[in-house]
Amino acid sequence: MSDPATWTHEGFEMVVGLEVHVELATETKLFSGSPNRFGDDPNTNIDPVSLGLPGALPVLNRQAVELAMRIGLALNCAVQSCTFARKNYFYPDMPKAYQISQYDRPLNIDGHLEIADGIVIGVERAHLEEDTGKSTHIGGSGRIHGSEGSLIDFNRAGVPLVEIVSRPDIRTPEQARQYVNELRAILVEIGASDARMEEGSMRVDANVSVRRPGEEFGTRCEIKNVNSVRSLGRAIDYEARRQVALISDGEVIQQETRHWDEGDGRTHTLRTKEDADDYRYFPDPDLVPLDPGDEWINTVRSQLPMLPAARRIRLAEVTGQAVDSEAIATVVERRQDDYVVTVVEIGGGAERVLVHVKEAFSEQGSEPSVPAADLAALVAMEVGGELTSTQTKTLLGDLVEQGGGDPKAMAASRGFEAMDTSELDGFVDDAIAADPDAWAKFCAGDGRAVGALVGHVMKASRGQADGKAVTAILISRKG
Amino acid sequence: MSTFQSARSIAASVSTGGSSAVDVVSQHLARIEEREEEVHAFNLLLRNEALQSAERIDERIAAGEQVGPLAGVPIALKDNLCTRGIPTTCSSNILDGWRPPYDATVVSRLADAGAVFVGKTNLDEFAMGSSTENSAFGPTRNPLDTSRVPGGSSGGSAAAVAAGFSAMSLGSDTGGSIRQPAALCGVVGVKPTYGAVSRLGLIAFASSLDQIGPFTHDVADAALLLECMAGHDPGDSTSIPQPFPSLSESLDRGVAGLRIGRIVDLPSGADADVVASVDRAFEVLADAGAEIIDVTIPAFTYGLTAYYLIAPAEASSNLARYDGVRFGSRVEAADTNSMYMATRGEGFGPEVKRRIMLGTYALSAGYYDAYYGKALKVRRLMAEDFATAYESVDALVTPASPSVAFPFGSKTSDPLAMYLCDTYTIPSNLIGHPAMSVPFGAGENDLPIGVQVLAPAMGEPTMFAVAAELERSAGGTHV
Amino acid sequence: MSEQIDRGAVKRVAKLARLELSDAELDEATTRLAGMMAHFADIDALDLDDVEPMTQPYELVNVLRDDVPLETLDHDEVLAAAPDATDGRFGVPPILGLDL
Repeated sequence: MSDPATWTHEGFEMVVGLEVHVELATETKLFSGSPNRFGDDPNTNIDPVSLGLPGALPVLNRQAVELAMRIGLALNCAVQSCTFARKNYFYPDMPKAYQISQYDRPLNIDGHLEIADGIVIGVERAHLEEDTGKSTHIGGSGRIHGSEGSLIDFNRAGVPLVEIVSRPDIRTPEQARQYVNELRAILVEIGASDARMEEGSMRVDANVSVRRPGEEFGTRCEIKNVNSVRSLGRAIDYEARRQVALISDGEVIQQETRHWDEGDGRTHTLRTKEDADDYRYFPDPDLVPLDPGDEWINTVRSQLPMLPAARRIRLAEVTGQAVDSEAIATVVERRQDDYVVTVVEIGGGAERVLVHVKEAFSEQGSEPSVPAADLAALVAMEVGGELTSTQTKTLLGDLVEQGGGDPKAMAASRGFEAMDTSELDGFVDDAIAADPDAWAKFCAGDGRAVGALVGHVMKASRGQADGKAVTAILISRKG
Repeated sequence: MSTFQSARSIAASVSTGGSSAVDVVSQHLARIEEREEEVHAFNLLLRNEALQSAERIDERIAAGEQVGPLAGVPIALKDNLCTRGIPTTCSSNILDGWRPPYDATVVSRLADAGAVFVGKTNLDEFAMGSSTENSAFGPTRNPLDTSRVPGGSSGGSAAAVAAGFSAMSLGSDTGGSIRQPAALCGVVGVKPTYGAVSRLGLIAFASSLDQIGPFTHDVADAALLLECMAGHDPGDSTSIPQPFPSLSESLDRGVAGLRIGRIVDLPSGADADVVASVDRAFEVLADAGAEIIDVTIPAFTYGLTAYYLIAPAEASSNLARYDGVRFGSRVEAADTNSMYMATRGEGFGPEVKRRIMLGTYALSAGYYDAYYGKALKVRRLMAEDFATAYESVDALVTPASPSVAFPFGSKTSDPLAMYLCDTYTIPSNLIGHPAMSVPFGAGENDLPIGVQVLAPAMGEPTMFAVAAELERSAGGTHV
Repeated sequence: MSEQIDRGAVKRVAKLARLELSDAELDEATTRLAGMMAHFADIDALDLDDVEPMTQPYELVNVLRDDVPLETLDHDEVLAAAPDATDGRFGVPPILGLDL
């Protein structure tokens, strides 16, 4: 890929839709009261519903609905009255031999997600469904093929999922990655899920087809087993090229499900459409319709936190940086933007705060080590010329170590005093006198000569002079 | 009329120390000893457990404790009700020996009320049938004439009460499986309003139709048992939130001033003696002060078709969990798919397999709208027609079964003939209304006839008032 | 509903439902099911275009449960009922020939 902003191959473009399954951060499962917990001993978080025992009945988890609504609203969906359906198929990790999902009337519909460059990806629906158990395959290198059997753990069976289905609006691997990253940031921000692909709490399947621009959509293939955002880009790229090659050879694309193999960098047939099961969806008679109603919907909407896109805009305005800059993206991604905004509100120094914010969080990560007011005070001193950059950095280290403090007092105790201009003038006079060659070169236009002169001043002032101020004085003297 | 002691009388006597629970249970066990080999009402007899249970009750009463309104009453449970640690088979090989790890809600409630469980009764496999000839463990015989069927699917539970093996029993009714055997065995059988009694722990046949209900010697006992079992269960999403109405006042209310409907376009097919009994019932009710009003229910005649599309469809999904993975029998095979095929092929009887296939067909791609979808609409029509009728009447009276008990094998060659047994009972299941069968009159060979009383949803008080009146005139209540 | 349910349809449906049938069972099932489907054609006479389907007889809405843990089942009791229990998990033969 030479230019991530577009993707073409032999005159074809790719058409991609993503299906993202997200595990919700609830205490208990979607339809029963077993704990929704990862890592416990196998088959301990189980109940008649999770195991599909005879006589078991499902009851819907209110918090799962709340989180699903947050997701829908954060993705600009319409939230509507909805029903639950049975998706019938046989598989050992599917305890009832049907999955309770939503078919005809899902909870959330017709939303969208904006990614970089103003590109908007449509979200067709985001609905609730239950997760399956987990199979481990014995023998045969851990894959089904060649295994001697499988062992099933139903701890995960019944965990609440929201399936988010995008419209086929994605046109490049980079867009796909951005979509997933932005989606993840939103899910984390609203507290719906920790959305970690590597851990399986967020799973991405890609529907990929190719076409010549302007033509009808081609036959699509579903790609499964993509376990990271990076793999997603690679898999989509590979699959699109594979399809283009087939079409160019005059062959027809089979609608099928394919498995991405990270190891060999290719997709492989998993099952064809002919093999596909008839799911015989019908409304689940054990469950009643869900109609959240305007009051609940409005409450959830009003309680939504500021989302990443809005945060980036706010931070850009506050710091004067470009909204799509790396610095802005990073600070918002690290969820440090509230802090930056607070610091700036207290004391200004917008541009310098961004530089210091990473250290202000140090190893604590999610919580700052330095109270906002203290950092604001420090930055004010830097911006006001009372401290050099180096001094500021040193004091910041102190503040982090001590968990805060009074920068003025700390500066005094370190002997960091602002140097006034006449003192600086004095040092500059001495430097020029000491190194007339350097001064001559500097006056003649050799910018590098300034280094020697500044160095002289720094040595003489024991590092207390502000390098920038010295340079400024030299430039003005040069005339 | 029954010559056996009523449950009310037993409970009163045991609670006051007049008789011991152990004596009562022993008496019933003796009757079982005498005739069970001939009748085969039970899949499992709980002789020792029942005696121990009875002992504990006697101890508690001696200690001055309140035991509950069913103190010491011997009760038989249809073998599709989950009883923790006690084999529950649905009379199927696929569940032979399975011990549920939990109790059905009704089982807990009755245990709390002081009931003593004497055994698990035989049924048509997975409740699919009208004669108990579909049991994998051999049929149950009608205690009144052992060359004839007891009806089904709750044949064992009906026979248990008719033979005096238990004072009461629980059955389940999906298309008539309580009312029809009650009629054939000359006992009282009630299908309550859908949602009145929790289905949690009832092994599902058709989820939107199944209800648990009582078999008893008389109407007053049925009221007592229903009051002990009914009421909201948060573990069943289809459980009615409102409190279940009290029934005891209804029993002596009489029918003066009630409007009772005769359905003039009722499907024909009932034997002459059954028709005569129903006619006589109307006379009796009129004499007692009720107004008999003709109504029409045009959709009634389509009930059989709607039922035989909806019930198998839901069953095909409910029975998919019997796959040999987590419980029940398994036929070993080289791979999971083959294991499913062999386990289910061998474990299910022919009628169950037929209904699963019919249901799968009705739901399958391309056929949903024509079959299942249509049947759901017929259901709506049925509900509307009944609602219209109930604008002019308070209750309806019809035959329960079109015939008296029939000989073994007389309807097994033509399944349609068997299905017609449910002609008059099915509509109540489809629309969730309560209905009950009361012994009223006799037919060939003095075999009992049951008259069915129907009422609108939560209309049990009216229904019991009419039933009690019929019982009074049929020969009076017994002690 | 004028389509006849034939042997091929019954075979397909038996496979969907994971029911192994002998040839004799297949033949018998076809005869019986075809007979039943013919009987069910009576509802074709009804005009159902403006009728809403009725999924549940007693129409409730919004039955929800608080997100608090309830008692789980006893692990040993549950595994004791398993046809094949290994390492606290349910064992099955190789998962082949199944649609995922």
